[in-house]
Amino acid sequence: MSPKESNTETMSIFSPQLSARFDVLVAKYPVKRSALIPMLLYAQDEIGYLSDAVIAEVAERIGITQLDVRNVATYYSMLRFKPAGKFNIQVCTNISCMLRGAYELYERFQDELHIGHKGVTSDGVFSLEEVECIGVCCWAPAIQVNYAFHDELTPNDVPKIISEYKSKANGSVKNA
Amino acid sequence: MPRLVSHPDEVKIVTKRFGMGAANIDKYMELGGYESLKKCIAEGPEWVINEMKSSGLRGRGGAGFPTGLKWSFVPKQSAKPKYVLVNGDESEPGTCKDHLIFLHDPHAVIEGTMIAGLAIGAKTGFIYLRGEYRYLLEITEKAVADAYEKGILGKNVLGSDFEFNVITQSGAGAYEVGEESALMESLEGKRGVPRIKPPFPAVVGLYGGPTVINNAETIASVPHVISMGGAAYAAVGSERNGGTRLFGLSGHVERPGIYELPMGYNLKKMIYEVGGGVRGGRKLKAVVPGGSSTPVLLPEEIENLGMDFDQVGKAGSMLGSGGVVVIDDQTCMVEFALRTISFYAHESCGWCIPCREGTDWLKKSLTRFHAGFGTEKDIDNIQYLAENMMGRTFCPLGDAAAMPTIGFVKKFRKEFEDHLNGKPCPFAKHVELAVV
Ligand SMILES: Cc1cc2nc3c(=O)[nH]c(=O)nc-3n(C[C@H](O)[C@H](O)[C@H](O)COP(=O)(O)O)c2cc1C
Ligand code: SF4
Ligand code: FES
Repeated sequence: MSPKESNTETMSIFSPQLSARFDVLVAKYPVKRSALIPMLLYAQDEIGYLSDAVIAEVAERIGITQLDVRNVATYYSMLRFKPAGKFNIQVCTNISCMLRGAYELYERFQDELHIGHKGVTSDGVFSLEEVECIGVCCWAPAIQVNYAFHDELTPNDVPKIISEYKSKANGSVKNA
Repeated sequence: MPRLVSHPDEVKIVTKRFGMGAANIDKYMELGGYESLKKCIAEGPEWVINEMKSSGLRGRGGAGFPTGLKWSFVPKQSAKPKYVLVNGDESEPGTCKDHLIFLHDPHAVIEGTMIAGLAIGAKTGFIYLRGEYRYLLEITEKAVADAYEKGILGKNVLGSDFEFNVITQSGAGAYEVGEESALMESLEGKRGVPRIKPPFPAVVGLYGGPTVINNAETIASVPHVISMGGAAYAAVGSERNGGTRLFGLSGHVERPGIYELPMGYNLKKMIYEVGGGVRGGRKLKAVVPGGSSTPVLLPEEIENLGMDFDQVGKAGSMLGSGGVVVIDDQTCMVEFALRTISFYAHESCGWCIPCREGTDWLKKSLTRFHAGFGTEKDIDNIQYLAENMMGRTFCPLGDAAAMPTIGFVKKFRKEFEDHLNGKPCPFAKHVELAVV
């Protein structure tokens, strides 16, 4: 899985597009390491999680130690060190959503997917997470599937959402 | 896609371009966009700060600090570069107004940032969005690129000798990063642990330079303050609370949504007339007036309550982020208190002990209590613990966790007592919460 220690000049674990984007990012700020957090997030979007290889290459690109990268990365709740599903379903259960049935919604996802908090389905297509407020409280209850919002949901919407994403997963040949 | 709502009582200033395609720069300019910037370049920094001061605009991030005054604290001379920082971390439960601003009117944020930069003598502005707002970041990045292309951003802004650049930034999930000094740490590529104050950001901020940090709604209001004139803007609001506010009605309300209403608008009217009342014709039990950290209010406390910083403060709560959470009579307030403290326990950055341990203890006590294993003494202990966190934490997150907890215990003590000795709660739906 993880390539050998890479020299970013010659080889990268990231796609050429992402590498090019990182070159722009590290030059964008008054201080190079300001690029760290977005880089980790974009790397995760492409690779799926912050693998050792991701951390090594990001550290090298910014010019800080891997320990330093890990120290920062562990602070942020969106960053993960294990793979999630291809589609990570995040159900907000915070107050505004809770009042409009977020727990019923969350339970329905658990029932349909047979997984719990931070679980991943056996085919790797879905993972589920109970999350804090995602900033769509007036259109509650709401979820985020990766970065896409779905709002004003009821438990009955759950099967449709799942099948919609399942067909997306089938449509694109496995590249997760 | 977040639904737009409207009500005849609204005064559309910040929201006036919502739903009109103003994320497109040509549309924005056709609707009068960047005219305020032009005016500010012509009039100069001092004039801008005076207009801001007379507008009575107070920070929409929660604390309500007068914006013009904040800008005037930035030293004129500085060896280090100065910065403008826009806070779009928006993570206070019950709050989603900045979401709509970035979605419908990103250029207003850019224009406001530039005006702030002109006023304090900064050449660079940062717009920081929470990591979950990826699609809004993309909209904002497109808007920034378009502004460069039109010669609005860059070396000679609109042909003048004013230079200004905007850099966008994404967070990666952390409520605490919304705190101003933690935000600066995050933007510098570090953990979001707050800094000691003083020095205040206006003197030593981002990269050690003098920095003005404002909420996205505050910044998006700036071009309107300029186009209306400070005095006219002030006149829309209430005493010492200029302008309008994007109130977010959520929870058990018939017509939830973001409504732009004058500062000082009556809370009862907001819920019953603007929001259409409590959902399903139920009775109102309580209201959280300004995001999850603001102490809960009872129905009798909102009768004559004008929604501005001073009046809500006098009523023993806070206007906060303007997120009004409506709670009906079928709600278990112990569960509500538990869900609230669980959030703060989850988000505590762990830097200082009263907050790290206090939020965790409160969560544990309330979990046990809600599950029916509480004792009479627990009620006092919860209150005692929360009261002892107040004012003893490194940053205001500790207070933000303690304040609502004290409110729930004080105002719903009877309901806590009803939970004692394994009595089933008539309203409880969930015994255990998964978020740890
Ligand atoms: C724990 C915590 C979280 C905060 N989160 C936010 C936030 O998400 N957005 C925001 O604008 N201000 C937030 N604030 C307030 C900021 O520290 C700061 O006061 C504000 O951005 C200043 O802008 P304003 O003067 O325009 O309100 C938070 C404060 C604390 C203590
Ligand atoms: S009060 Fe202390 S532990 Fe809590 S978020 Fe602030 S600094 Fe961190
Ligand atoms: S409480 Fe669920 S999105 Fe804010």
